[in-house]
Amino acid sequence: MIVAEDIHFFYPNKVEALKGVSLTIKEGEFIAIMGQNGAGKSTLVKHFNGLLKPTLGTVRVNGVETTKTSVATLARDVGFVFQNPDHQLFSETVEDEIAFALKNFGFEPEVIEKRVTWALNLLALTQYRKTSPFLLSGGERKRVALASVLAWDPQTLILDEPTIGQDHEQKEKLRQFIMQMQIQKKTVVIVTHDVEFVAECNLRVVLMKEGKIVADGLGKDILTDPALLELSSIVLPQIAQIFAKLSTLGLPKDIIDIYEAKEIILKAQESGLRK
Amino acid sequence: MSKLSRLRLAGTKNMAIIETKNLTYTYPGATKPSIIDVSIKVEKGEFVLITGPSGCGKTTLCRCFNGLVPHFYQGELKGEISVAGVNTLEHHTYEMAKHVGLVFQNPENQLFALSIEKDVAFGLENVGVSREEMRKKVDWALNLTGIYDLRERSPHEISGGQQQRVAIAAVLAMEPEIIVLDEPTSFLDPLSAEKIFEVIYALNKKQGITVILVEHRLDLTAKYTNHLIVMDEGKVRFEGNPREILSTEETRLIGVGIPKATLLYQMLKKDGLNLNGNIPLSSEELADQLLEALKPK
Amino acid sequence: MSVFDGLRFRKVYSPIHNLDPRIKFVYVISIFVVAILFYQIIPLLFLFFLQIPFVLLARVQRQWLRSLRGASFLAGFIFIVNVATTYFTSGYTLLAPNVENAAAMTLRFVVLVESFSVFFLTTSPDHLGLALEESRVPYEFAFAFTTAVRFVPVLAEEAQTIMDAQKARGLELEKGGLLKRIRNYVPVLIPLIVSAIRRSLELAEAMESRAWGATKKRTNLYLLKLRRGDYALLAITVGILVVAIYVRLFVPIPTITQLL
Repeated sequence: MIVAEDIHFFYPNKVEALKGVSLTIKEGEFIAIMGQNGAGKSTLVKHFNGLLKPTLGTVRVNGVETTKTSVATLARDVGFVFQNPDHQLFSETVEDEIAFALKNFGFEPEVIEKRVTWALNLLALTQYRKTSPFLLSGGERKRVALASVLAWDPQTLILDEPTIGQDHEQKEKLRQFIMQMQIQKKTVVIVTHDVEFVAECNLRVVLMKEGKIVADGLGKDILTDPALLELSSIVLPQIAQIFAKLSTLGLPKDIIDIYEAKEIILKAQESGLRK
Repeated sequence: MSKLSRLRLAGTKNMAIIETKNLTYTYPGATKPSIIDVSIKVEKGEFVLITGPSGCGKTTLCRCFNGLVPHFYQGELKGEISVAGVNTLEHHTYEMAKHVGLVFQNPENQLFALSIEKDVAFGLENVGVSREEMRKKVDWALNLTGIYDLRERSPHEISGGQQQRVAIAAVLAMEPEIIVLDEPTSFLDPLSAEKIFEVIYALNKKQGITVILVEHRLDLTAKYTNHLIVMDEGKVRFEGNPREILSTEETRLIGVGIPKATLLYQMLKKDGLNLNGNIPLSSEELADQLLEALKPK
Repeated sequence: MSVFDGLRFRKVYSPIHNLDPRIKFVYVISIFVVAILFYQIIPLLFLFFLQIPFVLLARVQRQWLRSLRGASFLAGFIFIVNVATTYFTSGYTLLAPNVENAAAMTLRFVVLVESFSVFFLTTSPDHLGLALEESRVPYEFAFAFTTAVRFVPVLAEEAQTIMDAQKARGLELEKGGLLKRIRNYVPVLIPLIVSAIRRSLELAEAMESRAWGATKKRTNLYLLKLRRGDYALLAITVGILVVAIYVRLFVPIPTITQLL
């Protein structure tokens, strides 16, 4: 459980990147933090594993204040996968890359061996075990970066812009992977501006603008509110755009799921025919 | 005008501005080719969309259009290619620059000057255009991309979307016949992406520039084109009308992200709801068809 | 947005910023030469105060003071060394003229720092790059210079991100003895280098695509043109040089000790 209470954060150049943010993330939740570039999304999530400490206010991870502990300790519970895998890959082989964090955390060699095998398998990387991560494709490098964090099995996983530069199939695989994490009751926080991706996952959305939270609720409520989205410079998901137009027929507006969309349209047509 | 020359003029109108025949290319040191037997034809003034999963050879094909492949990358290029009437195999990339402008994925790494206008002028400086003429062309390009007011800023003072517009202005200033954009919005948020697409669309419609756009986001771009190319594993799998291509099961199985509107249209059709008109490519099109169909009579 | 904001240049407009960087450079070199010519405190004080109008006109007082403060440690060091040497070499006596001489040496150093800092504080990197382009420096060097200015802050920010990414995987940079600490930086350095190489390849590709190397006779969007202010500065520079050389040759300069 992560609890942020009225946090403010100033960068050394005195820019106030967070202006009083309070947020509680419960165990097992799946949250998307959305907003324009510069809205403070990345600054906020960097507080969850102690990379940044609030200037004012407190952040507690499982009851422990982040100012009273180290990133290395917090990282055991909160795994953070950065946007660009090239910002972390450095080992000679994929296997070493995944073992890096495990060694830092002081796991026993046998445990490390087991964990590496497990993580490779989970992300379909087993065939690349002895390959240099630099020889892999962009999508594969992204998976290695993810595996290198999953290896120590943190309770919470933070993914910064996981869909950037990914094609349709890679996004679909990522979505399925997150769903799998959900079944295991893991907490997943994604920072993203990919509305279509968020619309396809049924989750809680936290909308930020200029260092503040402007909305917090279900994806289907927030992503179908044109005024709110315009305020945060986000576009409506495709399905929501269709239903925004269809609302003149008395159909509901808060639809983002394609299957739900189909049912509603078919029902509307039947009732129209009956009349 | 003689009859013959008039005929020839009519002929040039429909002439292919880009034509490749059995183009196959292997990067130096690679074991298998990145593009295989690619034969495509693009006409002057077209807006062509190329899509396909990561690693399908889209980027490599783009590099062929201005001679980066094979001149910059070396390696082995087989087959024929002609771009704006020039055989790129025989002409260096700097000669192609006045015919073809290439815009890359990462805006940060294509801007190297310390002010926006200096960046836009970079290509013109390289070919030795006079200062007065350069000023005119730079201002023209800045205006068309809507960044004239930013001209004196430095690249780090502006957003990623604006940076990408600078990159477009920078190739536009060379007044190319063709602009090739390789996933220009993959680092951008959807709103900035839409703005980029609108700029590109206007260049195509108003300036008559041939556009080749490589994109994953068909949701936002399919509506601009009537010439879609789908690539997979180095080969061209489908080429033609996007409405037909995007509604086939095969396209979906390759892993192309079909626009939601097209998908929903097909799901409805399968369940017996027939809508009037074309297969929709955007939410606006589908919404209009649905309004028509569901309207109380 | 980050710690590295200080590395980023900002465009400022002032009469001094608008001056031709080449003339400004000539001015700075002249001050440098004059400062070397004199070893008495009075002309050096005069040189010191001569810069202040420039600083005020350019409105860079705060940054200027900061650079002086930065130099103060070294200035103090120079003073102490000078005093100490005369103290030890003149038989453990401390005379007023010796102290004054040490002060003059220190002041000479301060004047040098001062004038160079005025130059760098009022000359934007693109102006400097342009000056390089218009001088007979090969264009590749000028380009390398501006590109470096453009990408140093980007790389610095990237280094910060990489450190964060590795810290998030349990890397503790400050842990262990000296050797261990150096080794700790390997996971930061390798991604930084790999990414810089990737970046330079992409840059090269973008440059090629924009007709890099098309002709030897490159043109330039901007033209450095001498304006009235530049001629004025040039006149001032020549004036200072003439006066300084005249004074140095024909006017005996009293020391403060003598005046008292």
